[in-house]
Amino acid sequence: MDFNDTPEEAAFRKEAYDWLSANAEELAPGKKRRGSLTEADDALVRESKAWQAKKADARWACITWPEEFGGRGASSIQNVIFNQEEAKFDVPPNVFSIGQGMLAPTIMAHGTDEQKQKYIEPILRADQVWCQLFSEPAAGSDLAGLRTTAVKDGDDWIVNGQKIWTTGAHFSDYGMVVTRTDPTAKKHAGITYFIVDMKSPGIDIRPIHQINGSKDFNEVFFSDVRIPDANRVGAVNDGWRGAITTLMNERAAIGAGGGGGVGMADLLRLARETQWGDRPALEDASVRARIADFYWKLKGLEYTGYRALTSLSRGQTPGPENSIGKMVGAPLRQEMAAFAMELQGAAGATADPDVTFGRAGFQGAWLGAPGLRLAGGTDEILHNILAERVLGLPGEPRIDKDLAFQDVPTGGVR
Amino acid sequence: MNFDFSEEQKLLQQTARDYLTEHGGLDVCRAVLESGGGYSAPLWKGAAEMGWLGAAVPESYGGAGFGRLELALLAQEVGRALAPIPFGSSVYLATEALLEFGSEDQKKRYLPRLASGECIGTFALAEGAGRSGLSGFATKLSGGALRGEKLPVSDAGIAGLAVVAATGDAGPELALVELDASGITVDAIDSIDPSRGLARVRFDGAPAEALERGRGEAALAHLLDRAAVLTAFEQIGGAERALEETKAFTLGRYAFGRPVASFQAIKHRLADLYAAIQLATSNAYYGAWALSTGDAELGTAACGARVAACEAFDLAGEEIIQMHGGVGFTWEYDCHLFYRRAKYLSLTLGTPGEWRERLITRLEQGA
Repeated sequence: MDFNDTPEEAAFRKEAYDWLSANAEELAPGKKRRGSLTEADDALVRESKAWQAKKADARWACITWPEEFGGRGASSIQNVIFNQEEAKFDVPPNVFSIGQGMLAPTIMAHGTDEQKQKYIEPILRADQVWCQLFSEPAAGSDLAGLRTTAVKDGDDWIVNGQKIWTTGAHFSDYGMVVTRTDPTAKKHAGITYFIVDMKSPGIDIRPIHQINGSKDFNEVFFSDVRIPDANRVGAVNDGWRGAITTLMNERAAIGAGGGGGVGMADLLRLARETQWGDRPALEDASVRARIADFYWKLKGLEYTGYRALTSLSRGQTPGPENSIGKMVGAPLRQEMAAFAMELQGAAGATADPDVTFGRAGFQGAWLGAPGLRLAGGTDEILHNILAERVLGLPGEPRIDKDLAFQDVPTGGVR
Repeated sequence: MNFDFSEEQKLLQQTARDYLTEHGGLDVCRAVLESGGGYSAPLWKGAAEMGWLGAAVPESYGGAGFGRLELALLAQEVGRALAPIPFGSSVYLATEALLEFGSEDQKKRYLPRLASGECIGTFALAEGAGRSGLSGFATKLSGGALRGEKLPVSDAGIAGLAVVAATGDAGPELALVELDASGITVDAIDSIDPSRGLARVRFDGAPAEALERGRGEAALAHLLDRAAVLTAFEQIGGAERALEETKAFTLGRYAFGRPVASFQAIKHRLADLYAAIQLATSNAYYGAWALSTGDAELGTAACGARVAACEAFDLAGEEIIQMHGGVGFTWEYDCHLFYRRAKYLSLTLGTPGEWRERLITRLEQGA
């Protein structure tokens, strides 16, 4: 048991570091990288594109992809190592992670040779930005309940409906959209998967104003949007298979994230600096007990990540224990943020960066936390997934499984 | 990154699991629980023959010469079986105390007998209700004689040797006492887990010696850290078993026309229990790493491992009864064996509350 690289991993780490240090500036200790995917503006997108192209030229972009698609066939642990090294450098965030991490693998698995030729390289080089058009107002956790329709018209399909929670739609060139093509079939059997040009007439993109004030996502409305049949990924009415491929890659990407937000060091500093009467809050027994619990839970998640990395290092798939990350982590972040605000007393209700402790970071984390508990699988769906796939417990009885989609009860909403 | 046990270590664990499946079923635990004998002598003998009691003891003192990583996995199996043997008292506490703080002579005298199981060791800390702390014990060691009362002491009724937290002439000390010596009274006390015995032990000038390097709060704290990590593995083993038993029962039990395990009310709770066990396991792994390498992070790692494991096993003990429904509350079903052992383990080595406080104190010191 140790935390060291194997000799091969160490050699790979050095190779990655050497290339990075020849091509980027190393971050000063404690300094964070710029921006994020959700707050990307045009300037950041341009910068990000340039960095991706530089990486692609040297085969350091999408390194796990097969060599025929421009990758280097790297292992998962090599990918982790490269990401760890890249995080030490002052480089723009990758605003192409949806295309590279989720959509390109779907095209590789289910696309035609023509589609692979046309789309994979621009995704790799970040010449094009992609978005994922899956969720709908009435199809979130129950994604297969989607109602956006596609109707065949000559060599085209005509798409109508509404997608929601689409990250980056406003600066995307292409999207991957799942549609209902046969409402008389059972719900999973009437879905078809398409690539759509986001500049097509009839697409209307509107930002969603969230409770924390950000506008990270969009609604995308489709009004008689034409998609050529050549853009279909997989067979007609067999799109659920492609959707599953995309979602599996999404979970892998989200699972690999983590951290961020409310940290133990910030919480300890707050408890030390906040006076409760004539003494620091940290001297109060109830505060100490709560912080202790946050500590072992956060550490438990961190060390569970080490166990997953160990599996990757051995060339294995991470074990089921890795599935607790978001299920435990998201509500924990919310609880910690709320606790930190309570420590501040009435001042916890302030959200002014110039007045509030830590530039109101805890307040920001608290307002963002409900979103973390919903995005990429709600707490409840994650409990189901863990219970069914990890513990092997049976699913709930489903009344929509054997019905034609058009006969599934909807509470009157169509 | 190699944050896992080796194949050899896992093989040793599997051997232990096989042995306990054959010789240490829950009926063995129940037999001790119902007879009040304090432990299963045949299982203790078996554990000795398998080399578990001296797993971390060097061969020169009659042990198997493995390390703490191996010992941790054995502890997990002992916990899984709810083995009614004084493994924690004798191995994680008395043996570890001698290994860490004993003089050469003390090690030579006692380690071979502890490793062979001929002598059972234990550890005496609490002095009645309340938190024990690391100093200020009413039990005094002076001039080679021990005076005072410890309550409760695990396994004192069957132990031949005790390590006693006492106040010496210059502060806290770890005293070594042979329990068959004169001036010692051991009275059995009913335990919430009768498969693990408790006793009141009175020392009236009993002959005792200090462990050579067992002086000061730091020594006692260090011993508790080591035992906390190893006990955490025992707790995780018990919690995993409780989850498996609960899963099997709820899959087989039908209500409203379908398996109880298909209801989200049950599934989500089992998912939460699984998560609690994983958090405990990962904290315990980190503790085992710190224990085996002697890393300075053992202090905070042990606190995390201890609290997480108490939370997980206590939760498992509660959930196994709740999810069995009414039969879970019957004497015949084994659910209460888990409920009892979980609480016994979380109370007898410093409560989770004490360890939370210790954790924050250490984080303050490290900051």
